Amino acid sequence: MVLKSQEEIEKMRRAGRVVREVLELVRSHVKPGATTLDLEKVAEAKITELGAKPAFKGYHGYPCVLCTSVNSEVVHGIPSKKRVLREGDIVSVDCGAVVDGYFGDAAITIPVGEKISPEAVRLLKVTEASLQAGIAAVKPGATLGDIGAAVQGVVEAEGFSVVRDFVGHGIGAQMHEEPQVPNFGEAGHGMKLRTGMVIAIEPMVNVGKPDVRVLKDGWTAVTDDGSMSAHFEHTVAVTDTGARILTE
Amino acid sequence: MPAAPEAGNSLSKEDAIEVMATVVETLPNAMFKVKLETNHEVLAHVSGRMRKNFIRILPGDRVAVELSPYDLNRGRIVYRYK
Repeated sequence: MVLKSQEEIEKMRRAGRVVREVLELVRSHVKPGATTLDLEKVAEAKITELGAKPAFKGYHGYPCVLCTSVNSEVVHGIPSKKRVLREGDIVSVDCGAVVDGYFGDAAITIPVGEKISPEAVRLLKVTEASLQAGIAAVKPGATLGDIGAAVQGVVEAEGFSVVRDFVGHGIGAQMHEEPQVPNFGEAGHGMKLRTGMVIAIEPMVNVGKPDVRVLKDGWTAVTDDGSMSAHFEHTVAVTDTGARILTE
Repeated sequence: MPAAPEAGNSLSKEDAIEVMATVVETLPNAMFKVKLETNHEVLAHVSGRMRKNFIRILPGDRVAVELSPYDLNRGRIVYRYK
C-alpha cells in the first residue's frame, strides 16, 4: 500500500478529470444503433486530444481504451463493431487514463434510448447509490470492511446482489495497487484507511445472483444467471476530512 | 477497471512485515505490549507454534514481531531471542 503526497494526488485529479470528460462524451454518443466500437473510437480520440494516455490498452494484453459491458455483461466487455446497442439496453463504460505517470479510473452505466425497463432504472439507481454509500464511509480510521458493508447494505436492501469475483483496488502510479477494495464485508474489519491512500471504489451489482463467469475471449465477465448487471466507479483519495472524489 | 483477485492472494501471511521489538509489558490473555525499533508500541499475541513449545516471554525480551499490513497496531510474536 502506497500513501500519496498532495502533489501526487493533484496529478491523479488531472487524470480523473480526463476520465470524467471522456465518460461524459461517451454518454452523449450512446444511442440505439451505435456500436460499442463507436464509443471506443470517440474515447480514444478524446484521451489523445487531452494529452493523456489510455490506462487499459495493453494492460495484461487488454486491447482497448474502454470496457463496454452490455446488459448481462458485468465488466471487461471488449468494444466491438458487431455489438450494436439497442433501445432498452444498459451499457457499463469503464475508462482509465494516465497523466504524468498517475492513474485515474472511473465507470458509469448508461441507459440506451428512453425506454429501459423499470427494473433496469432501479438497478442503475441502486448501484450508483451504493457507490455513494461506499464513498461516504471513507475517512481516516475507517476500514475497508466499512466501505464493503456500506455498499453491500444498500444493494441487498433492494434485493440485488454484489459481485464477489471482482473488487476495487488501490491506485496511483499503477492502475492496480494494494489494497483490494471489496464491495462486501463486515464493518470494522480489514485494513484501516489513512490520509493519503487513494482507492477505486467500484460496485458491480447484479439483479439476480452474484455469480459471474468469464467468456472465452478471456475478458468479458457475464452474470451466470443471465440477469442484468450495472457498474459505477470513482477514484477517491482519503483526506483528513473524508473522501475526495478525483474522478468527478 | 476492477481487479480480479486470485483466491486469498493478498490476505496471505506472506504479506506480513517482520520487525524487531522489545517486550514492554505482559498483558492478560497472552497478549504483550511490545516496542518496535521505530519506537511505536503495538499489541502482540504469541504465535501458536511458540505457545505449543511453551516459550516464556518476559518484559525486556527481544522478539521478532510480524505486523499485519491491515492493522499496523497489532502483531504476532514469532520468535524470542535469547
